Amino acid sequence: MTVTTAPSRSARHQHSRPRPVSRRRMPGLKTSVIAAAAYLIAFLFLFPYVVMLLTSLRPQDSLRDATIFPSEWEWSNLANFWTSGLAGNLMVTLKVAAGSTILVLLVALPAAYYSARHNFRGRTAFLILVLITQMFQPTAMLVGIYREFFQFGLVDSIWSLILVNGGFNLAFAVWILNAYFSSIPRELEEAAFIDGNGRFGTLFRITLPLAMPGVITALIFTFIAAWNEFVVALTLTTTPANQPLTVALNSFIGQYQVDWQNLFAGSVIATIPVIILFALIERKVVGGLTAGSIK
Amino acid sequence: MRRLRAFEPLAWTGPAVLLIAVVVLWPVIEMIRSSFLKISRFGIVQGSNGLANYEKLFDEKDFADIMVRSVIWVIAVVGFTVLISLALAQLFNQRFPGRRITRWALIAPWAASVLMTAIIFKWMLDPEVGVINQIRLKLGLIDALGGHSADQLGDASTAMPWLVFVAVFVSVPFTTYALLAGLATIPADVYEAATMDGASKLRTYWSITLPLLRPALTVAALINVMNVFNSFPIIWAMTHGQPGYSTATSTILMFVLKGSDIGESAAMSVVNFGMVLVLTAIFLKVSRWNKEVA
Repeated sequence: MTVTTAPSRSARHQHSRPRPVSRRRMPGLKTSVIAAAAYLIAFLFLFPYVVMLLTSLRPQDSLRDATIFPSEWEWSNLANFWTSGLAGNLMVTLKVAAGSTILVLLVALPAAYYSARHNFRGRTAFLILVLITQMFQPTAMLVGIYREFFQFGLVDSIWSLILVNGGFNLAFAVWILNAYFSSIPRELEEAAFIDGNGRFGTLFRITLPLAMPGVITALIFTFIAAWNEFVVALTLTTTPANQPLTVALNSFIGQYQVDWQNLFAGSVIATIPVIILFALIERKVVGGLTAGSIK
Repeated sequence: MRRLRAFEPLAWTGPAVLLIAVVVLWPVIEMIRSSFLKISRFGIVQGSNGLANYEKLFDEKDFADIMVRSVIWVIAVVGFTVLISLALAQLFNQRFPGRRITRWALIAPWAASVLMTAIIFKWMLDPEVGVINQIRLKLGLIDALGGHSADQLGDASTAMPWLVFVAVFVSVPFTTYALLAGLATIPADVYEAATMDGASKLRTYWSITLPLLRPALTVAALINVMNVFNSFPIIWAMTHGQPGYSTATSTILMFVLKGSDIGESAAMSVVNFGMVLVLTAIFLKVSRWNKEVA
């Protein structure tokens, strides 16, 4: 049995999911029970985020009322967030996430393309290096990261966060892009080359557009990972204004301040967009995360 | 011309290698080096410290407890995650109206920041106003809000299960999706043959589905082991490892030590890292094993 991570194959598998024959013959009660169980579970997994949304819409003075629904719906909470100090932290998050994504694409695209198309000395070593780094987590080497950037004089700088987030998300991008480039027939490129497109013309007019789903997956995945990152930022940033939203929100907990609703407005703004973005690439992410191992 | 050719691979893959070297490999070396150095609070290296950092770490009164707790934490979280995900994968693999939407709902904890999810759970467990405590009050599990029995995170015996719960909650979506992808690769005719042979549902699952699911299961479980071992935000946001060190794992201890003694914190990281390396080695071995089978 082979399991490939090539996108076309996995997409086809999604549609031709095997079902035991007997199940098709009996809808009715059994399907209803299954559906009910699935809806209940779906609700449970959404529940915390619904609570978050409901809390963010509470009026400030009834935030700590022991009720499930707010007495009034205070939609202005979400608007007020933008004038609170946390809006600056959201900008830091945005810059870090965008910077890391650009860095990853700039570095991963050529590496993934070349290693998919050419057999060169050190290719296996390169791919193993990438696979190993996918297993590494910044938390495990936090002290080393801190010491290194301390020596660089980059503590409390946005550049250190961009570098670290870029470095730790590179592996996923290289793997998924490598799989996409490998699945594009070489003949297509050769034909375009013969038509006089030149090496880079072929790359930009034929190969890249065909690999676009992979590029978008890598892009969204890196963006979300950097957007959600907490531990490295907690370690490397000291000035409140330089902290991304995750770190800033974390410092809210335990403080019994009056503007708790900003915490929840902030978490809504930090959470809902990434859930939607993630839904767009969900099918391709599993392949990328388990790439190299199932392949 | 020939010489230039030799440098071609370097031009294409060099930046990636450089980034990995600077961001991933250098910190590992720096971490190991620091674990043998005496470093002041302000980051000034005051010379070699031999093995003193390690000795100090192993002499910490809570060290043994924390390491044992870390291992139990990993086993409990990954164990529950795998069992629940196996069931959910089976459920979401059935055909029913609205399957796409329910699967989509499952994504939320995976996409959202783990820190945010932990913060929300802390809020839901708030002794005075938390939703979970409101529900427990209605169910008659507690007498009143705000009391000691409502403060689930204030005591290790009730806090640990909740920490495990939240960790399982955020790990299940990825694991379920990985298993669903695994289920999708099992050809339908295998099941048809089993039905014709008169095998029961349970028997079919045990003898056909599970063995064929094994590669996906192994990979998902190992990725979880590494994630959970390095998990930090859940415990940090919900209990800070307190009271005392009673809910701390090795990563929490490492972070706390970083504030007082960087050398000792580095020693903790090296110990932690050693365990992660062992796991990575197992992972690579398993992946090669998969290739042979394929």
